[in-house]
Amino acid sequence: MTAIPVEAATAAPELPDDRPWRRALRRLVRRRGAMVGLSIVLFFVLIAIFAPYVAPYSPIATDWGAVRKAPSLAHWLGTDEIGRDVLSRVVFGARASLMAGVVSVLISLSLGVPLGLLSGYVGGFLDGLLMRIVDAMLACPFLILAIALAAFLGPNLTNAMIAIGISAMPAFVRLTRAQTLATKVEDYVEAAKAVGNPHRRIVLRHILPNILAPIMVQATLAIAAAIIAEASLSFLGLGQQPPAPSWGSMLNTAKNFLSQAPWMAWWPGAAIFVVVLSFNLLGDGLRDALDPKHK
Amino acid sequence: MLTYLIRRIAIIIPTLFFVSIIIFGLQQLLPGDPALALAGEERDPQVIAFLRHKYHLDEPLPVRYELWLGGVLRGDLGESIRINKPVLDLVLEKLPVTAELAGMAILVALFIGIPAGVISAVKNGTFIDYGANVFALWGLSTPNFWLGFLLILLFSVDLGVLPASGFVPPGEDLGKNLATLVMPAFVLGNAIAAVMMRHTRSAMLQVLSADYVRTARAKGLEERTVVLKHGLRNALIPVVTLGALEFGQLLSGAVLTEQVFTIPGFGKLIVDAVFNRDYAVVQGVVLCTATAYIVLNLCADIAYFLVNPRLRA
Repeated sequence: MTAIPVEAATAAPELPDDRPWRRALRRLVRRRGAMVGLSIVLFFVLIAIFAPYVAPYSPIATDWGAVRKAPSLAHWLGTDEIGRDVLSRVVFGARASLMAGVVSVLISLSLGVPLGLLSGYVGGFLDGLLMRIVDAMLACPFLILAIALAAFLGPNLTNAMIAIGISAMPAFVRLTRAQTLATKVEDYVEAAKAVGNPHRRIVLRHILPNILAPIMVQATLAIAAAIIAEASLSFLGLGQQPPAPSWGSMLNTAKNFLSQAPWMAWWPGAAIFVVVLSFNLLGDGLRDALDPKHK
Repeated sequence: MLTYLIRRIAIIIPTLFFVSIIIFGLQQLLPGDPALALAGEERDPQVIAFLRHKYHLDEPLPVRYELWLGGVLRGDLGESIRINKPVLDLVLEKLPVTAELAGMAILVALFIGIPAGVISAVKNGTFIDYGANVFALWGLSTPNFWLGFLLILLFSVDLGVLPASGFVPPGEDLGKNLATLVMPAFVLGNAIAAVMMRHTRSAMLQVLSADYVRTARAKGLEERTVVLKHGLRNALIPVVTLGALEFGQLLSGAVLTEQVFTIPGFGKLIVDAVFNRDYAVVQGVVLCTATAYIVLNLCADIAYFLVNPRLRA
C-alpha cells in the first residue's frame, strides 16, 4: 500500500474563485447591453478627459465668418449662432454633463447612505422623524425642487450639482434604510452583536458591505437622471453659464434657431440621449447581475 | 376602513409640516439681506428699517415661520413682485392649462404604456418583448425638451401640420387647442409611458403565472379573455397606484415642455419667476405641487384599498 503524504490528503481541491462579487461580475460581462453601455460611458469619459486634444477648435472661439454653417468638412457638426464649432462644444460639454452626473450622485450618496443607515439601524423616533422629512422631500417633484434650490442658491454649475444632489438624496435614504432594516436581523449581524462589537463597527463592517449592491445599482441609474437634470437646469439657464459649453445650455440657444440651424439642436441632444441610455443600460445590467431573481 | 383612513390622513399632517419647513427654508438660502436688496441703490437706513419691519425680517426665524405658515393656512401665499398679484391667484390662473396638458399626457402614457406592457408580458422572451423593452429604455433616456425640438422640426418646420408653439384655450377654439397640445402631450407622456410599460409588464408576468390564471386556461377560456379579463384586471391595480407616483415626474416634465412649446402654464410660471427673482411665486408653486402630490397619493392609496378586497379583509 502506498503511503499518501499528509499535506496532499488534507489539501483542499482547487476550486475556481467563486466569491459573490466575481459571480456578479461574470454575469455582468455576459450581458451585452450592459457591456455596450459601459463601453459608451468609458468612451465619453475619455472624450471628456482628453477634450483639449480631441476637439478640433476651442469651444468658445467665435468666428463671425462661419455663423450657423451646416455640417461640413471644416466643421463636422456645423457651427452655432456666433460661429463656434458645435463638435468642439459637444466634446467639452461632456465634461460638464459627466461631472454633474457623478458629483450630484456623490452628494446624494454621502448624505443619503449615512442617514439611511442611521434611520434603519437606530429605528424608533429618529427613524420616524427622518422618514417624515424624506416623505416631505419626495413630495416636492424632483426637478421643481432642484429648480427652486438652484434659483435660491444662484445659477451656476456648482449650485446646480448641489441642487440635484440634494433633490435626489431622499431616494438613497429610503433605499439604504430598507436594506438596513432587512440586513440588521440577519444571523451574522446578530452574531456580531452577541460577541460585543460596537454599533459603529456593526454598521460599517457588517451591514454596509452587504447592502452596497442595490445602492450601486441605484447610483448608476441616478447618474443617468442627474445628467438629464443638469441638462434641464442648463437648458433653463440655471446650470452651466455661457460661454462655457454644456449640452443643456447648447439646446437652450438652439431653440431660437430651430428652423435655420437644426444641427445646433441635433447633436447636444443626441449626446445626452446616448450617455443617459448607456448609464441606463449599465444600471439595468448591474441590477440583473447583482440580483438574478429580478426580472 | 375608517381606521385605515384616519391613520393614512394622520401621516400626511407631519409630511405637510416638513414640506412647509423645506419651502420656508428655501427663502433662507438667499444670500444677503433681502431688505438691502429691496431698498434700492440709495440704501436709506430708514427705508431699510421700515422694510425689515414690514417683512418681519427683524423677527427671529421661528416667529417668521409662524407668520408665514399662518398666511399660507389662510390662503395667503404672498404677492408676486413682478405682476403685483397674489401668488394664489396666479397659480389658480395657470393651473387649468397645466392640468389639461397633464391630463392629455396621462392619456398618451396609458394608451401606449399599458398595451405595450401587456403585449411584452404575453410575448415574454420574444423579439416583440425585446422591442418593447427597447422602447421603454428609449423613453426613459430621451430628454423631453430634445424630443420636443425633434417633433417641432418634423411636424412644424418640415411638414407644417402642427403649430410649433403657443396655446389656445379650449373655450376659444377646441380644434386649435388640441392642435397646440398634441406634441407637448406626446413629449410629456412618452417618458411616463415607458415607466407604465415596465410596471404593466412586471405586474402581468406575475399575474399570468398565478394559479387562477392557470385555472382559467384549464377551463378552456380563450387566451384573449384570460389575458384581458383575468390577467390585466388584476395587474392594473398596482399599475394605477404606481402610476400615481409618476405625478411628480409629470409636473417636472411639464416645466420643460411648457418652456419648449411656450405654453403659459404652471411650469412657465415658475421658470419666469426664477428669472425675475420672484421668490414668493417659486415658493408658492413648490408648495402647491407638493400638496397636490401628497393629496393625489392619498387618493391613490385609498383607491387601492377600495379596489383590493384582500386589504379590506
